[in-house]
Amino acid sequence: MAKSVVQEFTKGLWAEIPPFRLVLGLCPTLAVTKSLENGVGMGIATTFVLVCSNVLISLLRNVIPKKVRIACYIIVIATFVTVVELFMQAYAYPLFLQLGIFIPLIVVNCIVLGRAEAFASKNKVFPSLADGLGIGIGFTLSLAALSTFREILGKGTLTLPFIEGPINVLGPSFQPFSFLIEAPGAFMCLGLMLCVMNMLGKK
Amino acid sequence: MGEYILLAISCIFVNNILLMQYLGNCPFMGVSKRMETATGMAMAVVFVLVMAGAITWVVNAFALDVFGLEYLRTLAFILVIASLVQFVEMFLKKSIPALYAGLGIFLPLITTNCAVMGVCLINVREEYSFLEALVTSFAYAVGFGLALVLFAGVRERIILARVPKPLQDTAIGLVGAGMMSLAFFAFKGMA
Repeated sequence: MAKSVVQEFTKGLWAEIPPFRLVLGLCPTLAVTKSLENGVGMGIATTFVLVCSNVLISLLRNVIPKKVRIACYIIVIATFVTVVELFMQAYAYPLFLQLGIFIPLIVVNCIVLGRAEAFASKNKVFPSLADGLGIGIGFTLSLAALSTFREILGKGTLTLPFIEGPINVLGPSFQPFSFLIEAPGAFMCLGLMLCVMNMLGKK
Repeated sequence: MGEYILLAISCIFVNNILLMQYLGNCPFMGVSKRMETATGMAMAVVFVLVMAGAITWVVNAFALDVFGLEYLRTLAFILVIASLVQFVEMFLKKSIPALYAGLGIFLPLITTNCAVMGVCLINVREEYSFLEALVTSFAYAVGFGLALVLFAGVRERIILARVPKPLQDTAIGLVGAGMMSLAFFAFKGMA
């Protein structure tokens, strides 16, 4: 039992890491990875929603009628997204402004609904909690990796979460490769990272 | 009249929802492998997005704003969209079976298409009037359809090419989308 909970947790970190292994939730991945702070903030917000909705849906899995289950899941998820939104508005206002409409859009992030449907609706509370936490942390790590790459090369700086102001990494003489922080760079970076992950995965 | 045309052009090209605003990328990658599914999805999105844009605007202006319930916006919008999609599906099935046969399987997918929810939220944030909200909803949907259909054409050719193994499927799709995004980026010069 204990072992399987650990397995559910660790699979989210490598074997099913979103958005590389599970190709879901591309929109936030592309949109918020302009700076490391945004990426990590988005990852944490999504993790919170994922864990809470997984736990609640797993608790309610025998109560929710099969025919209206998707609507029920969406309401549960939307509730937690509203919690996150209000919390960030109160305690992380600059980040709230930066992320903009992508905070309410966690509702339609396919990862959250996907885990609710594929995992939490069929499993007990603790495995669901571990699954949500694992996938959420995996997602945060992916966002952090992508945004670190894009920010260092695109702006030459790095904004760490919880630390004021960007840190200049590559020195003043560096010419920012600003293509990377614009939309086309986002698509290409994600495509190339997916390629690297595929290469690493194939043994 | 002129300003509405300008608004529409900026929504279709300059701020293209898929390639510039990063919304609706899951169906963009999912259904763009074949031209037929891409056109079906594009039409379904145009159909639902215009209706969703109009209804959420009304809900926001006459229910949420009046009673000071802005904090329920996310919940209200997603419920409106989900029930609208369900309703449209039932209506088409009963009254226009030919259209249902074309759009049928794409309708349920639209609930979790973030382009729909995203446009409704953008309309509220930019404080558009009802008419402007209608125009932007339609124009964003057309932009979505345009990018999706163009990209489906590209992907049908990519299948014929010899792509390195790790790059196959979604990875090369994303790189291709990056190229298209670069082309749409040129429209920024117009603004």
